[in-house]
Amino acid sequence: MGLTPRPEHRVVEYDPSSQEGWVATRLDFLVNWGRANSLWPMPFGTACCAIEFMATAASRFDLARFGMERMSFSPRQADVLICAGRVPFKLAPVIRRIWQQMAQPKWAISMGACASSGGMFDNYAVVQGIDTIIPVDVYVPGCPPRPEGLMYGIMMLQEKVKRERMNDATLRNEMEPDPKSQLWIPAPTIDELSEPFGNSVHQTRSGL
Amino acid sequence: MTGPFPIEYAGSASKDAPAPATPRNVPNRGGAVNPSAADLRTRFGASIRRVDVVWGETNVYVAPEAVLDIIRWLHDDPSQRYDYLSDVTAVEYRDLEQPIEVVWHLRSLPYRRFLRVKAQLTKNRPLEIPSVWSIYKSADWLERECFDMFGIMFVGHPDLRRILMWEQYREGFPLRKDFPLRGRFSRAEQLRQALAANPEARYSMEELSIADAFEDLPTEMRQRLRSGERTGE
Amino acid sequence: MATQKRTVEVALSTTGLDAEGRPQRVPLVTANDGAAVAVEAPPAIEPDLAGEHMLINIGPQHPATHGVLRLVLELDGETVVRCIPHVGYLHCGFEKIGEYRQYNQIIPWTDREDYLNSIGNNCAFSLGAERLFGVDITPRCTVLRVMAMELSRIISHLVWLGTTCIDIGAFTPFLWSFQERENVYNLLEGWVGARLTTSATRVGGMAADIPDGWIEGLRNFIRTFPKTIDEIDRMLTKNGIWVGRTVGLGIMSPEEAVNWGLSGPMVRASGVAYDVRKDFPYLDYETYDFDVPVGTNGDVYDRYLVRMEEIRQSVRILAQAVDRLPDGPVNVDDPRLILPPKSKATSEMESMIHHFKVVMEGPRPPLGEAYVAVESPKGEKGYYMVSDGTSKPVRWRIRPPSFVNLSAIPKMVEGHLLSDVIAINASIDIVMGEIDR
Repeated sequence: MGLTPRPEHRVVEYDPSSQEGWVATRLDFLVNWGRANSLWPMPFGTACCAIEFMATAASRFDLARFGMERMSFSPRQADVLICAGRVPFKLAPVIRRIWQQMAQPKWAISMGACASSGGMFDNYAVVQGIDTIIPVDVYVPGCPPRPEGLMYGIMMLQEKVKRERMNDATLRNEMEPDPKSQLWIPAPTIDELSEPFGNSVHQTRSGL
Repeated sequence: MTGPFPIEYAGSASKDAPAPATPRNVPNRGGAVNPSAADLRTRFGASIRRVDVVWGETNVYVAPEAVLDIIRWLHDDPSQRYDYLSDVTAVEYRDLEQPIEVVWHLRSLPYRRFLRVKAQLTKNRPLEIPSVWSIYKSADWLERECFDMFGIMFVGHPDLRRILMWEQYREGFPLRKDFPLRGRFSRAEQLRQALAANPEARYSMEELSIADAFEDLPTEMRQRLRSGERTGE
Repeated sequence: MATQKRTVEVALSTTGLDAEGRPQRVPLVTANDGAAVAVEAPPAIEPDLAGEHMLINIGPQHPATHGVLRLVLELDGETVVRCIPHVGYLHCGFEKIGEYRQYNQIIPWTDREDYLNSIGNNCAFSLGAERLFGVDITPRCTVLRVMAMELSRIISHLVWLGTTCIDIGAFTPFLWSFQERENVYNLLEGWVGARLTTSATRVGGMAADIPDGWIEGLRNFIRTFPKTIDEIDRMLTKNGIWVGRTVGLGIMSPEEAVNWGLSGPMVRASGVAYDVRKDFPYLDYETYDFDVPVGTNGDVYDRYLVRMEEIRQSVRILAQAVDRLPDGPVNVDDPRLILPPKSKATSEMESMIHHFKVVMEGPRPPLGEAYVAVESPKGEKGYYMVSDGTSKPVRWRIRPPSFVNLSAIPKMVEGHLLSDVIAINASIDIVMGEIDR
């Protein structure tokens, strides 16, 4: 759609002004290639998106071609947490714990509308987006997203992984929640992210 | 108890009744009354406050004090045999003056009958109603959920605690009409309370007593648990 | 616990297992002339050594709990002494939100609660809402809904089959059953545009009529699908491992099953012939020719047999429904319920007003309440709606079969081994979306 190619579709070029050197670049390429093509998913499947995730892993859409057929239900051995489904507040400490138990390097895919923003569940029980609990790399919209949609999200994550650089130490920073409140982003930000979208509040948010 | 068990057929006590058929042209009010309503009136008299037939279903309004006797009679009496408790739930109306109704959906499999029993609880008193757990084991979780969502105490239930929300949930009873859709606290506060669940204290004292695991916990954890702190799941 | 004395003719697909599925003891030394030596009977299983009981926590995140279920088990060695289940990890406030939505707006919510039986839930809710409104749907809609519900039953049972096989150890049937589900997904997508969350019905009719060629697609499915089920059947039903892992587990007697409120294949496997389609019929199910399988032993193996046979009976109902699909309108001719066609809504004043009222305010039922129960793949699924005359229900209650079925799990797993807990949990066929709502 549109004539401008998406940024991630451009070949990642070597920047001659960087001080990296030839060996580091090749090593980066090798490491990122290895990581991107063998992302072991941790399927944190709760609801309907989990069924579509299972369908994506089954024979018609097949995640094995991405190297992701080995579902790791133990967070210790997983690379990417795929949160498939709605997360109520009762489940929030569980997903926080699972994320903290995963070893670096790790990424998170928020699959579906409910994991990304609370979805159609704008009520007392549902977390309005798991990015209020854990850092998310890729959001896959849909309710549930089609398997092709999830695969596109996985491919976006692969391209994100391939753009990583070893000398960027901040990439592997562990999320540090505030010890008193356990929140990792400030409370007013959480309130603002969770507000109902649309006519009810902030009529001018989209600028229209 | 092991099988093989003899097969029991629904409708076994009403062999000469007409075969069940899809209801059509069901009137709003009126229509065929469930015979159990008349039997209840005969047996319990004034405890049966009202009988309505709405959309083909018989609703029996009973006094809250008589609920346990009535339901026990419906279960035990050979002419009623309501052996299946489909549901226990409650209804609060938008008109806040109206009482909360506790609703039991009973089925008689041998007679192929469906009956709705209702008891009205006025809101100016504590919301208490006898539990039917002693009659139907299916009431176990159904009544716990009703308590969780409405705050109705089921007297006689062996283990009445929250089931869908966590035990220390402080916002209230979600399905009450004075409980706002998005909860009483701000989103950040709700998240803060949810994440405050202490992962090590995730077990109840009863569960910890199983493995004598209580002794293995660190001292300050033991002190906190003894003082009553829970995640309450 | 006593082993089940039952004769199942088992064509052992693996050698070396005796009739109870335990490895045969073959003596290392045979007689000199090569004649077979009598195999000594394996020793009786010793009771576990006395000691402390162990506390094991399964879940809420676990591959074999079929969603976010948490089971706390007290184990004496390998034997379960007590099981304390914790649910609520997927509680999303469905019933609360239902009080803030019009009846047609609630339909997408019914998709998401039992998400394996989405279109079946749509039909069930619409039946309840139509009872509340006092409308009878058209004959064509009736048959379409029967087709939808039976297709839904098939795909739900296929998920149960695939995941149960994985839990017990067989991975391949999972791929086979999910491949068949894709065929049904193609049909559903052709009809309503969505694979899983269909929102296919409306109060008074359906979202859309079936497109051209859909019936041929369904006939094709009916023709090719039984082969897969036969293949899975051949693989599992008389398999020594499958039989050994499922026979005698989680037995519920008929009285217990009825008292604990079990429904669906759970109660039918225990010998109680209660099927809502036969006993409290809806959608003209009494005019279809189908059988309801009933087991006699109440264990996991019988639940498996019951569900497999139910899949076959669903195919039978589908074949009859396809043959009797009448022509005619899909939606009821009631302008207060059904949107008028767009061409009329934009040209005729009356239709425009009806359109406006139906969309903005929503159809309003009279005062009253209705409880309509259907036979979902999990059991007796009911929607109880109370109306105060406005377009939004006062109370929307979902009677969740899996919730009541799961409440019996402490009773079923007592005395069994830890790996049996997984098999029993799989046999209940739970959907956490429905349990926690």
